[in-house]
Amino acid sequence: MTIPKVYKTSGIVLRQRRLGEADKILTIFTPNLGKLDAVAKGVRRPRSKLAGHVEPLTYTSFMLARGRELDIVTQAQTIEVFPTLREELERTGRALYAAELVDRFTPERQESVQVFRLFLETLRRLATEERLDITLRFFEMRLLGHLGYQPQTEECVVCGATLEPVTNGWSAESGGVLCPACARNAPMSRPLSVNALKMMRLFQKGDFAAATRVRTEPSLEADLERHLREYILYVLERDIRSTRFLETLRQTAGRSTPV
Amino acid sequence: MTQMAPSAALPVSRLIEAFNKLPGIGPKSAQRLTYYLLRAPHEEVQALAQAILEMKEKIVLCSICQNITDSDPCGICQDGQRDRSKICVVEEPLDILALERTGSYKGLYHVLHGVISPMDGIGPDELKVRELLARLKSPGEVQEVIMATNPNLEGEATAMYLTRLIAPLGARVTRLARGLPVGADLEYADDVTLTRALEGRQEV
Repeated sequence: MTIPKVYKTSGIVLRQRRLGEADKILTIFTPNLGKLDAVAKGVRRPRSKLAGHVEPLTYTSFMLARGRELDIVTQAQTIEVFPTLREELERTGRALYAAELVDRFTPERQESVQVFRLFLETLRRLATEERLDITLRFFEMRLLGHLGYQPQTEECVVCGATLEPVTNGWSAESGGVLCPACARNAPMSRPLSVNALKMMRLFQKGDFAAATRVRTEPSLEADLERHLREYILYVLERDIRSTRFLETLRQTAGRSTPV
Repeated sequence: MTQMAPSAALPVSRLIEAFNKLPGIGPKSAQRLTYYLLRAPHEEVQALAQAILEMKEKIVLCSICQNITDSDPCGICQDGQRDRSKICVVEEPLDILALERTGSYKGLYHVLHGVISPMDGIGPDELKVRELLARLKSPGEVQEVIMATNPNLEGEATAMYLTRLIAPLGARVTRLARGLPVGADLEYADDVTLTRALEGRQEV
């Protein structure tokens, strides 16, 4: 696809890096062009007319000019902001985690309409929903699916046997759920409870409303988080840095008072 | 006139390389600086080398506010005229210079040396947060902590996180006002800034 000298695209800013004295490099996630880097000039000066429109986690309409190495933002106008993602730390941390996953998983300049829709929907949910962790698990599972890493949850990944409603095994290495017999032969597998398996399937096939309607114990939520985290780490082969901040938040939770 | 680095004598190309590593200096500027120094008087070059070394050797972090200083505690922390009941929390030492230029703040400072940036793996442990909390331990001395981190996502997150930790210690926590910069055009303002400006409007 040839891109004209000046082009328009909408996108969500995933992250910023400082460049030179007053500029920043933005990583923008767009539906049609996928992930791309662009320079926003002068955005570190207080009077910059771009700065407020190119903050991370903002959905913005961009005018970009092709540059020699990096494209340059010539105009930017906010489409949708999520004020609570900036004002409530629990939401901020989770939204940044989702943004990091998108950043790590998506290739540059490759159409990603489905992932884009999922990410935008997820930001809207993280900005308003009460069940933030279930929102993230739903996002993780759907993201894996869109990218072709869908964990197998219908039958045993090794022998193909239909899974019974008993404690099965979960293995990132094998790519999903193992029946009890196969799990015994897979040293890396972890026990997967019946309820956890049900939630995994619901994340894959149900809609978001259905997933949030289910009441879940904290221990089940912790299991789901660990299982999916393990799976993602195995696929990515890299650390997800924002998880550390989520841990820090967990340690200080309950002490919150807004500024 | 200007030669390419690879064909220059080794000490020359080594200096060019060193300059090239500095922020904002490309290969051409690095060459120009090097050839300038090559022709400069010996004393001038020596003074420059000395200044760089001294800066590196004599500068330490103030044990109280973590600002860069050549005397510990730093000038501001030692100054008996300053209001010791206020601490202004900033990201970088340069932010102190900007605030001092206004002449309207007479309290003390605390430099975090960065900002919480989850995606870069920078959390509270990588910043001077523990040092800040230690300053707030003795009750009653500090009455107000002013969050002067940048008004961007990471700066806000850092301010919120610190507020969580500081509020139980008893000091009042405030945040610098956010709104329209002097000389700006309303039509270019983003929604968040305009909303904040409306919220923070004042009687004229």
